[in-house]
Amino acid sequence: MADIRGAAVRFEKVQKSYDGENLVVKDLNLDIAPGEFLTMLGPSGSGKTTCLMMLAGFEPATHGEIFLNDKPINNVPPYKRGIGMVFQNYALFPHMSVAENLAFPLQIRKMNKTDQQAKVKRALEMVELGAFGNRRPAQLSGGQQQRVAVARALVFDPELVLMDEPLGALDKQLREQMQYEIKHIHENLGVSVVYVTHDQTEALTMSDRVAVFEDGVIQQLSPPDVLYESPKNSFVAQFIGENNKLHGKVTKIAKGVCEVTLDDGTKLKAEPVNVSAVGDPTTISLRPERVEFDNPDKLDNTVKGKILEILYLGDHLRVVMSVAGNPEFIVKVRNRGIKRPLEEGKTYSIGWSAEDCKALDFSG
Amino acid sequence: MADAAVSGTKTVLTTHDGKPLKVSLAKALRREKLRALMLIAPLLLFILLSFIMPIADMLFRSVENGIVAETLPKTVVALKNWDPASGEAPGEDVFAALHDDMKVAVAEKTHTRLGSRLNYDQPGISSLFRKSGRRIGRMKEGDYKQQFLDIDDGWGSVENWTTIKRLSPTITDSYFLASVDAERGADGIERKPENERIYILLFVRTILLSMAITVSCILLGYPIAYLLANLPVRTSNLLMILVLLPFWTSLLVRTSAWKVLLQQQGVINDVLVWIGLIDDAGRLVMINNMTGTIIAMTHILLPFMILPLFSVMKTISPSYVRAAKSMGATDWTTFWRIYFPNTVPGIGAGSILVFILAIGYYITPELVGGTSGVFISNRIAYHISSSLNWGLAAALGTILLVLVLALYWVYDRIVGIDNVKLG
Ligand SMILES: Nc1ncnc2c1ncn2[C@@H]1O[C@H](COP(=O)(O)OP(=O)(O)OP(=O)(O)O)[C@@H](O)[C@H]1O
Ligand SMILES: [Mg+2]
Repeated sequence: MADIRGAAVRFEKVQKSYDGENLVVKDLNLDIAPGEFLTMLGPSGSGKTTCLMMLAGFEPATHGEIFLNDKPINNVPPYKRGIGMVFQNYALFPHMSVAENLAFPLQIRKMNKTDQQAKVKRALEMVELGAFGNRRPAQLSGGQQQRVAVARALVFDPELVLMDEPLGALDKQLREQMQYEIKHIHENLGVSVVYVTHDQTEALTMSDRVAVFEDGVIQQLSPPDVLYESPKNSFVAQFIGENNKLHGKVTKIAKGVCEVTLDDGTKLKAEPVNVSAVGDPTTISLRPERVEFDNPDKLDNTVKGKILEILYLGDHLRVVMSVAGNPEFIVKVRNRGIKRPLEEGKTYSIGWSAEDCKALDFSG
Repeated sequence: MADAAVSGTKTVLTTHDGKPLKVSLAKALRREKLRALMLIAPLLLFILLSFIMPIADMLFRSVENGIVAETLPKTVVALKNWDPASGEAPGEDVFAALHDDMKVAVAEKTHTRLGSRLNYDQPGISSLFRKSGRRIGRMKEGDYKQQFLDIDDGWGSVENWTTIKRLSPTITDSYFLASVDAERGADGIERKPENERIYILLFVRTILLSMAITVSCILLGYPIAYLLANLPVRTSNLLMILVLLPFWTSLLVRTSAWKVLLQQQGVINDVLVWIGLIDDAGRLVMINNMTGTIIAMTHILLPFMILPLFSVMKTISPSYVRAAKSMGATDWTTFWRIYFPNTVPGIGAGSILVFILAIGYYITPELVGGTSGVFISNRIAYHISSSLNWGLAAALGTILLVLVLALYWVYDRIVGIDNVKLG
């Protein structure tokens, strides 16, 4: 990994502790290619903001080295790093108007007045706030402030932009529009983006790669589809998308397939991901949309389950079942995609194939 | 409702019982206001009695001058017909009235008070009243003028009578004139002779020194407030205790401590001599002058600058500074363009507090100011407790009050009073 040349950003064995007792970031190794859109996803307090702060230079790494364009930057002060940043709380300067906020980085770079004005105008139009240049940040709604913050981070054409939940306060429609905008800017300008979000849909739709954080450790770093299809462990499976959990023990194992006996005796065929030996406790992960009501007998696994509740969600039905001792087993059924009408309280046969069913590490 | 607003017709909105909406709203609000008023009534009463009334009394005293008309009512009437420009003392009728008035005044023992009041304007006149008071009982009827002149020929002086006549109206501007080093002479208002001017100098000095104290409080307080707002909580709590410590020590003790430190044989001079920075003959004079006043008062008023600054700095999110730096601003640019503008409201609040407290201070200047470091308030205190010239004290106080209000207005014009924040 250390040999890779030309990474825009590289974290090498980085650790961070604020109090000398707890490690907030544990042994972080991460390469970000030039022009890449990398998203950090993870529960609250897992160290995402801390990573951005170290990269921007506001928090020193306790151990390890961070490289920017292959140059170590641990001793470079923040203002020389040239990194655009959108802060989690916007950090718009309250004593300046929106336009002055945007012009600030340009003034620092001693750009002439006309160019400044043109750039500020273009940046404001980009986030659809053309008419708001003279307002103070306090006179804007939360979402408008957020858009100003995005515009301000991009206005001085940095090569690397860090965004800490830049769209957290927006409604769904504006959010999707801004996602598109940001993605568009990313592609047009060729900037590298490190993006933090809590919204997994956002992470999946926007990113080249997603880093899933838990407790200061990257659990998985993969492109979105890999992340969803092949989670490396049960935390990732649980965190990304919806997921059914079934607990059991490995009773047979071969290359590419294993047999798991669930706690109630049901035997399932599954793809071993991080189980290695017979007798390992395991948690089976299964996406709700991979479960079939049609012709379950033809699939690798067939079990019986009782329908507890059916929720109508328009494009699909959400069926809550009791399967193999799990009373919260979810099945997503395409609307009118099945021949039999389903009824609450009745027992049905359901099935799924072995490769959709991953045997991961055991998690209560 | 919307229609009415849009079409612009003057439909009066009403509540269900047909009363106009505005009337009902005002009524509902009135009840609430009354309740709120009752809640604060004790405080209101307290402020009225202990703050508004004394100020009103002071304003009144600064122009009030009933004493001549009250003590010598008949004389005042008789004097109406006398023209000071004639160059002669008044005639027999005035002296007859004076005799009647003095008899009553002596019986009520008010004539000496009148004497000392007139003495402010006409030095020496009080002895006329004292002497005449002693002899008034032995006066015979008739030819009072000669009898008064026999007691003291000051009664024949046109100047003395002019003073009495001038002060006989119940409202006077003489206190205010005195407060600005002016007096009413033969031809109208004129400035006092050079060696008697004092108050304008004192007003100017009070304002200039208060400004100097405010500026030095800003210079010293700003870094301390910054530290307080940015150090880890435990250290900053300790520092905060040190800042508040002066509040827990008596003002007199603190001021006296400065005497020990600053006097010519004091600690600081001793140390400077000892390390050879100055020689024994050249010991610095740092007390009983302006320097002493500035140093001691800066020390005393510093917390009033630090606390508002601190509470404003506490609200400035560190992410502003970070954002500025991420955009390429150096430490200095970040401070000057981002941090400092956000602390201006705190500086404003602190400056108003310090300046207004400083302008009215008198214990500290009295103790460490010597003659060149005293404030106008020291003169006010002197007139209230020693010379008992309350009218003059009131006039000086009124001018001080007006000055402060004027400065406040200027401040509002320049900085804007909404720009003041205590946290
Ligand atoms: N300045 C600080 N001093 C001490 N501890 C801190 C500090 N900043 C963050 N932490 C701790 O470090 C951990 C990681 O915080 P961080 O802000 O990186 O989380 P995050 O992943 O960004 O969370 P969120 O999604 O809620 O923003 C948390 O447990 C937090 O309490
Ligand atoms: Mg965060």
